[in-house]
Amino acid sequence: MELPADVKKRLTLPAEEHFYAGHTACQGCGAALGLRYVLKVYGNKTIFTIPACCSTIIAGPWPYSAFNAPLFHTAFETTGAVIGGIEAALKAKGYKVKGEDGIMVVGWAGDGGTADIGLQALSGFLERGHDGLYIMYDNEAYMNTGIQRSSSTPYGAWTTNTPGGKKHFLERKPKKKVIDIVIAHKPAYAATASVAYPEDFMRKLKKAKTIKGPSFIQLFAPCPTGWRAPTDKTIELARLAVQTAYFPLFEYENGKYKINMPSPSKEPKSLEDFIKLQGRFKYMTKEDIQVLQEWVLSEWEELKKKAEIFG
Amino acid sequence: MAESPFKADIEKVQKEYGEKMTPGAIVYIPGSSVVNKTGGWRVFMPKFDKDKCIRCFMCYTLCPEPAIYLDEESYPVFDYEYCKGCGICANECPTKAIEMVRETK
Amino acid sequence: MPMRKVMKCNEAAAWAAKLAKPKVVAAFPITPSTLVPEKISEFIADGEMDAEFIKVESEHSAISACVGASAAGVRAFTATASQGLALMHEVLFIAAGMRLPIVIAIGNRSLSAPINIWNDWQDSISERDTGWMQFYAENNQEALDLILIAFKVAENERVLLPAMVGFDAFILTHTVEPVEIPDQEVVDEFLGEYVPKHAYLDPAKPITQGALGFPAHYMEVRYTVWEAMENARQVIEEVFDEFEKKFGRRYYMIEEYKTDDAEIILLTMGSLAGTLKDFVDKKREEGVKIGAAKMTVYRPFPIEEFRALAKKAKVLAILEKDISFGISGAVFADAGRVLVNEKEKPILLDFIIGLGGRDVTFENLEEVVEISKKALVGEKVEEVNWIGLRKEIL
Ligand code: SF4
Ligand code: SF4
Repeated sequence: MELPADVKKRLTLPAEEHFYAGHTACQGCGAALGLRYVLKVYGNKTIFTIPACCSTIIAGPWPYSAFNAPLFHTAFETTGAVIGGIEAALKAKGYKVKGEDGIMVVGWAGDGGTADIGLQALSGFLERGHDGLYIMYDNEAYMNTGIQRSSSTPYGAWTTNTPGGKKHFLERKPKKKVIDIVIAHKPAYAATASVAYPEDFMRKLKKAKTIKGPSFIQLFAPCPTGWRAPTDKTIELARLAVQTAYFPLFEYENGKYKINMPSPSKEPKSLEDFIKLQGRFKYMTKEDIQVLQEWVLSEWEELKKKAEIFG
Repeated sequence: MAESPFKADIEKVQKEYGEKMTPGAIVYIPGSSVVNKTGGWRVFMPKFDKDKCIRCFMCYTLCPEPAIYLDEESYPVFDYEYCKGCGICANECPTKAIEMVRETK
Repeated sequence: MPMRKVMKCNEAAAWAAKLAKPKVVAAFPITPSTLVPEKISEFIADGEMDAEFIKVESEHSAISACVGASAAGVRAFTATASQGLALMHEVLFIAAGMRLPIVIAIGNRSLSAPINIWNDWQDSISERDTGWMQFYAENNQEALDLILIAFKVAENERVLLPAMVGFDAFILTHTVEPVEIPDQEVVDEFLGEYVPKHAYLDPAKPITQGALGFPAHYMEVRYTVWEAMENARQVIEEVFDEFEKKFGRRYYMIEEYKTDDAEIILLTMGSLAGTLKDFVDKKREEGVKIGAAKMTVYRPFPIEEFRALAKKAKVLAILEKDISFGISGAVFADAGRVLVNEKEKPILLDFIIGLGGRDVTFENLEEVVEISKKALVGEKVEEVNWIGLRKEIL
């Protein structure tokens, strides 16, 4: 069916679905939405590797799969190494990797599987220069095991092992800046993205496919279950994270930083808008919120400086 | 896109799907998850008011299932077999053309 | 014409890899195996071998990269030992469960603590439940041959299981011996190219590998691994036959030496088998009815061959370089399973020997024979004996 011209112009995402319904993600799952975008952009000319994480469940138990693309499930910390092996095998077989008609080798791992247990394999993947894409879908805790803090959990967050309580035992470390660790490897391409900005994300996916060498995208993917947030707020939260500069969108390419448009152009919004929608922040005191707010703004200033100096 | 993009696949999966164990437990039918009708999870369901819709595709774009496809005139169609009732579409619709109502079963 | 060269066992393993033409090699250095990937890098650098060599940042990633490569449909190879193999542990299960016919060459070395780089079999023996086939070489030639055999068995459609080939640290890895290098064309004929039919990751035919298995399905998947390992017995025999026809060297699951009228039989694996033969010759001259046996295949355990061997002996002494704390050596425990319901069986004794590179001397073997002789005349002896222990420092 031909869509009316004006409509077509507005429909910017590819029509085909390669991420199939019937998957078992929670209601309003940001990661599931992310997978849908990745598969829309790359179609089934993609080989996916997923470590043990929520996405293992989302993709479905045997004999089901929500993927209309080859999918390989692997151990928690192995994503970087496995996609390196797949890429090497494809090259040895003479297959075209990346580029317009090439195969895209994609690793899709959560923040725990990337920032913590999978960091070494990720570093190896980047350092050796494999021609693939590593996507870290960041929902800021170990959600699949039942919401435990990861090094990507923000300051002040409740998780099941930072449970608040009388002694006010909350997460007390700032969110680990995995993207900075990635950039220290000087990869071909690194970017942050958000499920609230599919066009920006899909543009970055397309770019990663054209660039030779290892690419990395950190995708902000809210988890209503783990963040104790209403299921309909996934996109709103992801958008607020960008507008408050809590999770700004930027790209790193050829040693240059570029802040992308959805990020605040003037003053970022107050972080409270982002915090108040989430049950995981309900134990925070005014002072806690202040600490997190200051961290966000100082990181944001630092990023702006980088974009200025290395822009 | 007048139909759910998954219709054909469900038939294929139902025809070919078997529990017969494969070496290494491989899933040979891509997208076989479609036999799993997640609509049963729903508590609230999206109610669509066509008159208010401006066909901006926000709902279609942001549904994580996906459980929204577009009809001939490119209005959204809600696929209640899969819609889990998360409410993202209603929350993001700029014209409030979608309302979440408690489902009566 | 096959070529004869004097080389270390590590080099022989590298030659085997070169001949098998894996498309992906991923390896991480570890003593005493480092020379295997080193030599492979040289082959590749000299244009004599065409493979993607991934210089990974750990053994965990080495096996993970091999798993990825094998899943993408190519032959994959790596080499490691000791802590390196232990680090691979979790991924070994994955390779077997997904039926990926990867081959690892292992320079059998002890495990920490204390840190020790010398020979015993604790590394590969500890991986006996992972679903990998295990072969043990007596000398450098066997290491080369068994790696080729391992690929052939592993890739057989009735098997599709990964395999490890062990050879003793330093005693073999670093010792030079003459090795016959088979002709490439004959190896090509023998092995062919690896073309997986069951699965490989290709966008042309999207499959999902390694999906979550619910309790309703998990046991069946594990059972298919059991079945594959059972099938491997037959396939190994067939491949041994074919190997003999092509290369003229014969392998047996268990190889016997002067066992026909033996009252005492000493069974072992790896390089110690050579020593045992010399020792048996010496004892025969002294009039002792003694024989030796070498187990080349440890997984699948050669059940029938072992029973046949046991029938011949009054005392079957197992000499093994590993220990499963709280029970016995692993081979002894397995042997118990194999003989438990046999009507007639020999006295089975376990000798833990040569751990962490401790030399195994004729004196040690004399001690084994003394204990075995006591058992033979009905005296009570320990079932598990640590041989060559320096009791004076304990
Ligand atoms: S309620 Fe959620 S699942 Fe249902 S159509 Fe809307 S966005 Fe999709
Ligand atoms: S978001 Fe609302 S206005 Fe836009 S297409 Fe959907 S229903 Fe129509």
